[in-house]
Amino acid sequence: MSVVSFAYYPGCSAKGSSADYERSTRTVCGLLDICLEELPGWNCCGSTPAHAVDTELSAALCVRNLDIAAQCGAKTVLTPCPSCLSNLRHAGRRMATPEFRARVNELLDAPAAETLPEVTSVMQGIARQYDKAALTARVKKPLTGLRLGAYYGCLMSRPADLMDFGDPENPTLMEEMLTACGAEVVDFPLKTSCCGASFGIPERPMTARNSAKILDLAVNMGLDALVVACPLCQMNLDLRQKQAAKSAGTTFDLPVPYFTQLLGLALGAPTDQLGLDKLCVSLDGLLKKAEGGQQCG
Amino acid sequence: MNKVTDISSLRDPAFTAAVQADSGQDVTTCYQCGNCTAGCPASFAYDRQVSQIMRGVQLGLKDEVLNTRSIWMCLSCSTCSLRCPNNIDVAAVMETLRHMARKEGRVTVPKVEKFWFSFLDTVRVFGRTYEIGTMALYMLRSLRIFTDLDLAPEALKKRKLGLIPHAIPRQDVPDDGARAVGRIMQRYRQRALREGVRP
Ligand code: SF4
Ligand code: SF4
Repeated sequence: MSVVSFAYYPGCSAKGSSADYERSTRTVCGLLDICLEELPGWNCCGSTPAHAVDTELSAALCVRNLDIAAQCGAKTVLTPCPSCLSNLRHAGRRMATPEFRARVNELLDAPAAETLPEVTSVMQGIARQYDKAALTARVKKPLTGLRLGAYYGCLMSRPADLMDFGDPENPTLMEEMLTACGAEVVDFPLKTSCCGASFGIPERPMTARNSAKILDLAVNMGLDALVVACPLCQMNLDLRQKQAAKSAGTTFDLPVPYFTQLLGLALGAPTDQLGLDKLCVSLDGLLKKAEGGQQCG
Repeated sequence: MNKVTDISSLRDPAFTAAVQADSGQDVTTCYQCGNCTAGCPASFAYDRQVSQIMRGVQLGLKDEVLNTRSIWMCLSCSTCSLRCPNNIDVAAVMETLRHMARKEGRVTVPKVEKFWFSFLDTVRVFGRTYEIGTMALYMLRSLRIFTDLDLAPEALKKRKLGLIPHAIPRQDVPDDGARAVGRIMQRYRQRALREGVRP
């Protein structure tokens, strides 16, 4: 397949808490001949704090990035982070209203380009190029024997008309990808529940309680791992896993890898190119099980 | 006889109209089914449930609604909007209420707003966020020194928290990107003050 290029917006967590998501995203896209061109001089989308404070401020921070992409001639921008995606898309859509556009332009150095590029998730970007069969054809080390659950969090599929991610309460794209990689993927009922988002710092019970519910179900379903696509969900379910367990009066030991890390393993990427060492709950047990599965299968 | 409370003096129709205009939602169609409340992951921390807030907005009970803790504890997860049988974007109503309360300086849960400001301060200065900066500013603002200290060993070992602010590299853009973001924030602030609202 020939190489396709997309403009790429990594988002701030890619440079800090989710460096492993970033690493594995780049590795997987490299192996799949998808070229990611990082937007020059991109800035923070403002995340929850900006839109919680003011819609126009949030939009201005987002539109500056979309405008850079437009100047670069990009038609499509990929981003790994659902929160960035949601903010960038909301901003793009709101700019269609002339009064809103004028208010946002007032905040920018120069008025934004008339036509702003579309933004989509890395997951959907990959799926556009590779359907299930095409992905399976690229698999070198199938994830045979692994029992996985897919967890999307609340932002990836909502609001439905904006995010365009299938059924907003039952998206299935991640399941399709992991199945294409040879894993057994069970239907995870809390797949679009909220993990508690960014309340981990100001109000810990909010994240601890919501994350504990999700982890508890995953453990009870006998999952080897709960696979995620959002840096904030990953942090709440992995780094904060002990806090969640404490709030529920129990202990958990459940790996919470990014879907790109498992895709990378299946595509045969060396483990050191997938940032696996960044996971707080180690994937070692899962890796051994996958190898065993491959030998038996 | 049952005790009857007359709330007519508390009702402010202009408030209902303002919420409808800002959120773009027709709150009159809410028939109090409670679906939004049933699915709300933050309900356990709410002093008024989200369906009660919807009723308050319908009735124009401005103080009652804008002084709740709930509008600050909302996770913006949109579960309520998705499940409303009348297609009301309930999360958009919650966000509008938060904006209104903030602009009037009604901050019922200050630590949440302090966290937002700490985050936005790092964005203003560096163009991007970096976690240690946000944490440090938040601890200063809230005087909560021991926030998440239990996570520190693991987070540092795994280099989970960006230690160095990753300012936007100067050579990348004609005009330093971090400063462009600073100017956006400054224009926002000046405009808010000019328009007489709390930025
Ligand atoms: S958006 Fe807010 S009110 Fe609606 S369900 Fe989520 S937390 Fe509850
Ligand atoms: S789900 Fe909709 S109709 Fe039902 S109580 Fe909530 S806002 Fe009202």
